[in-house]
Order: sequence, then structure tokens, then C-alpha cells
Amino acid sequence: MVQYFKNIYNALATIAIGMKITLKHFFLPAVTIQYPEVKPALPERERNRLYVNIDDCIGCDQCSRACPVSCISIETVKGTADEDLGKTSNGKKKALWVTKFDIDFAKCCYCQLCVFPCPTECIYMTDVYEYSEYQRADLLYHFSNMTQDEVKTKKLNFEKAEAEKAALKAAAPKPEPVAKPAVISPSAPISKEKPAADNLTSEKKDNNGEVK
Amino acid sequence: MIYNYFFNLTGSEIASAFICCILPLVYVLTYVLYAVYGERKVSAFMQDRIGPNRCGYRGLLQTVADLLKMLQKEDIVPRNADKPFWVMAPIIVFTGCFTAFACIPFSSAFVGSAFSLGILIVMAASSISAVGLLMAGWSSNNKYSLIGSLRSVAQIVSYEIPTFLVVLVMIIILGTLDLTVISEKQTAYFWNWMILGGPGLSWQKFVYIPFMVSSFIIIYISTLAEVNRTPFDIPEAEAELVAGYHTEYTGMKFGMFFLSEYGNMFAVSAIVSILFFGGYQSPFGYLGNSLNLPWLVPIEQLVWFSIKCIFFVFVQMWLRWTLPRLRVDQLMATCWKYLIPIAFVNLIIIGLITVL
Repeated sequence: MVQYFKNIYNALATIAIGMKITLKHFFLPAVTIQYPEVKPALPERERNRLYVNIDDCIGCDQCSRACPVSCISIETVKGTADEDLGKTSNGKKKALWVTKFDIDFAKCCYCQLCVFPCPTECIYMTDVYEYSEYQRADLLYHFSNMTQDEVKTKKLNFEKAEAEKAALKAAAPKPEPVAKPAVISPSAPISKEKPAADNLTSEKKDNNGEVK
Repeated sequence: MIYNYFFNLTGSEIASAFICCILPLVYVLTYVLYAVYGERKVSAFMQDRIGPNRCGYRGLLQTVADLLKMLQKEDIVPRNADKPFWVMAPIIVFTGCFTAFACIPFSSAFVGSAFSLGILIVMAASSISAVGLLMAGWSSNNKYSLIGSLRSVAQIVSYEIPTFLVVLVMIIILGTLDLTVISEKQTAYFWNWMILGGPGLSWQKFVYIPFMVSSFIIIYISTLAEVNRTPFDIPEAEAELVAGYHTEYTGMKFGMFFLSEYGNMFAVSAIVSILFFGGYQSPFGYLGNSLNLPWLVPIEQLVWFSIKCIFFVFVQMWLRWTLPRLRVDQLMATCWKYLIPIAFVNLIIIGLITVL
């Protein structure tokens, strides 16, 4: 019988406590952020859409290689000796025309791994996060500012320069390519006999020249 | 009386009766529009949200937009539904809800029907909705609807008992069934309200007070259960039963269930405020009397009546966002083990006091 009245008292008392709490919240201001009109302040190091400052890009391809989902694709054309490509903002000399710098944001996972290797700090995260599109293809961003015609002429220039170089090489210091394989030759005499071997060595030389 | 006024105005009994029917409907519809809005706002505020705020100023037109949307909806009838009953169910529920308003005195000048058995009519009419709910659930041919309607009927039938017992207590004290007379007896100051022992200054007034308070709590809880509101909303428990008895209803048929739910909330609040809080009587006297403007009094009464009813509707919403839903056994235990015995004890003691 005592329990019976205790139950009644408990029920009413706990309901009163609950109602007090809800009434308190009734007068508290809402915590809602009315999103499209009011935007929440983002944290300081938020990671959203990437941006590439193409004027600073030297086309080193390090971001593309760092990307775990391969969403960055870069194509470059080497500048010829007579062209001045300018300098980056931190004083590096540019040597490559960046003919293509595409980032597919449909693939991007916002890991920020591409940002750290960049030697000129030209790829970085912005605070833009509202860029959804109706077509997936529209999420492929082209950052290169070169037109198709420019790309074509640069390619032609490069090929011309290459051809000139090759011609020069063919004309003047012939013994060098011969000398090098001559050193290696005892170990691999068979490859030397093949006609393709000559081409291989010349390519190697080209690569060396590029690195310099 | 408003009927006589319109009768003098139009000279036709039918026209004046028709206008008298339309007026409470207009009142209830306007109330429902803003009760739904209020419910959403109250729930939002209690959960620290903002609530509807896009339609009109602070979302005031939200329910109007919802209503327009509901009117445009396709009226889908389930293939295996028992069609005549299925169509009839929402009409019966709404009729039951709206009939209750016939006897409720909105102010001294505006009573739909000053019927001498008013309170009985109101209770009987609001019980009709149980039939409608059972029809809706059974004819939908849907297990959720059926379970919902069975629960709903079981709940309404058992919770009607404490409601009636408390009403009986009030009838014993006041000696009348007429809602207008009940309101008139609790004349214009709050210490004459039944919750504070009723009019007069005899020793009984002070003895009554604890029984009145407990009666008020009982009738409030049991009417809350009768209108299927949380914490007694197992008939339409969203998590278990989709929407209970109105799962299969679309468009305006659903709208009628919705309307009658909110209408019922108002009707039971009106009953509670008439029985315990003086109905349309002002707690502090009338401005119209002190300014010697007799036409102002009924308008003030209407305002006071609306304020009281809307306050109790607000408390229902407040409870809804405070308490979790009761289990079926808890629901039945609350009714049969707690409310009914206490109501009986109240009835016996009040009866003895009145006899003395």
C-alpha cells in the first residue's frame, strides 16, 4: 500500500522534473544554423576543394604521384632554350609548359597528400565545399591555362628543338656514345651487336641531358 | 444568444441555424491550422530547433501550404479495403469530434446548443470516434492499421471510465449537466473556479480543494489518453505501427483524421477548462462591466475561453515532448490500478461531503 502511493508520488514528481527541463529548453535559443544563409565557421585547417595556382606550377608531377586515388593528371612539354617561361613566386625557374593539369574531384578524397610535396606550394586546399554538379564530367577541373593551339605550337617547337639537337649530335661528337657502351661491352656483348642498342644508348643520353 | 441574433437578422430559422453551425467550424478550423503550426513550433523550441520558418512570416502560412498540398493529393483506395467502411471511417471520426462542439459554450452569447444534458452529449459524441477508428483500422486490411485501431479502441474504452467518474464528481457538486450553467456558476473571479473548491465560502470549499486537484489530474491524464496523444499514443506509434489506424489513408481523408485529432485535443481541453477553470469566465472580472460596455463582455469571454483551452492544448504538446510512450501493460495499469480506484475514492468522499 505504501508502495502504491510511492509510485504515484514518483510518477508525478518525475513528470514534473521532465516538464521543468523541457520548459527550460522551450526558452533557450535554437542552436540551428540556417545553412544556405548562415554558413558555419570552418576549422582553420579544413580540407575542401583543391586549387592550383598554375602560374607557380613547374610541372614536376609530384602531386600526381602522391595522389592515392590518381585524380590528378599532368602533361608537360619541355620548353626550348630560346623560350622564357618565367619564374615561380619562390624564385624557381620554370622549365616545362604545363599543357594539362586536370583534377577529377569526383575521385578526390581530400587527403591533402598532394599539397605537401609541392615545391612551389602552388596546389592547396581552399574553403570552397559547395561545388556539386549534375554531370560527373563537370567535376573534372582543368587548371592549365593553355589553349589547344598553344599546346600544339609548344609541342611543335619542342619537336623542332629536339630534331635540331639530334641533328647537332649526329654531326659533331660521335665517339662518345660509342665509348660508353665500349666500357660496358665486355659484360654484354650480345646487346651491342643488335641495331637497337644504338637507339637505346642515344635515348639514355637524352635523358641525361634533361636532368641537367 | 447568437441564434436569436441571426434569426432576427435573417428572418429564417434554417439560415440562422446554418450560420450557428458554421461559426464553430470556422473557429475550429482556424484553431487547427495554428495548432498544427504551434505543435511544430513547440516541439522545435523544446528541442532547441527553429521549426517551420519559410512560409510567410516565421512560417505562419506553413499549415496553409500543407493543407493545399493535402487537397491536391491523389485519393488512393487500397485494393483489398472494405470500401464503404473505409470511406465512412474518417467522416465518422470527424463528425464525432465536431458534434462535441455543439454543446461547448464559447462565451455566454455563443453556445451552439444550450442543451440541459450538455456534458453527456459531449462525452458521448467524443466516444463515437472509437467506432470510426475501429472501422478505419479494420477496413484498411492492413495489419498495422488493425493493431493500431484495436489498441486505440481498448485505450479509449478503458480511459473513458476515469473521465466519466470525474465528470460524475463534478455533476454531484454542481448539480447540473448543462455546460453553460456550469460555466455560469463559477462566476467571474478565479477563486470561484472549481479547482479552488467552487463558488461560495462554506467550509466545503476548502475540503473540496485536494479532491478537485486530484480529479483534475485524473481527468487530464485520461482525456490525454482518449485523444491518443503522447505518452498514450500507442495506437499511432510511429516506430512500431507506421501510423496506426490511418496508415492507408491519403489526401483529405488523412486530413480529416488529422483535423479530428487536433479538434479532439481542443474539445477535451474545453471540457477540462469548463469543469475546473470556469469555462469562459474571466479570472479578474470584465473590462466591459467596468467600462459599462455590455457588448464587450462576450468577446472578452471568448478570448478567455480560447486562452484557457489553448493553454491546455499547449500543456498536451509540452507533455508530448517530455514523456516517452507507455507500453500497453503500463497503459492499462495506469488506468485500472491507479486512475479508476482514485477516481472512485474521490467520488465516494465527494458524495459524502455533499450529503452532509
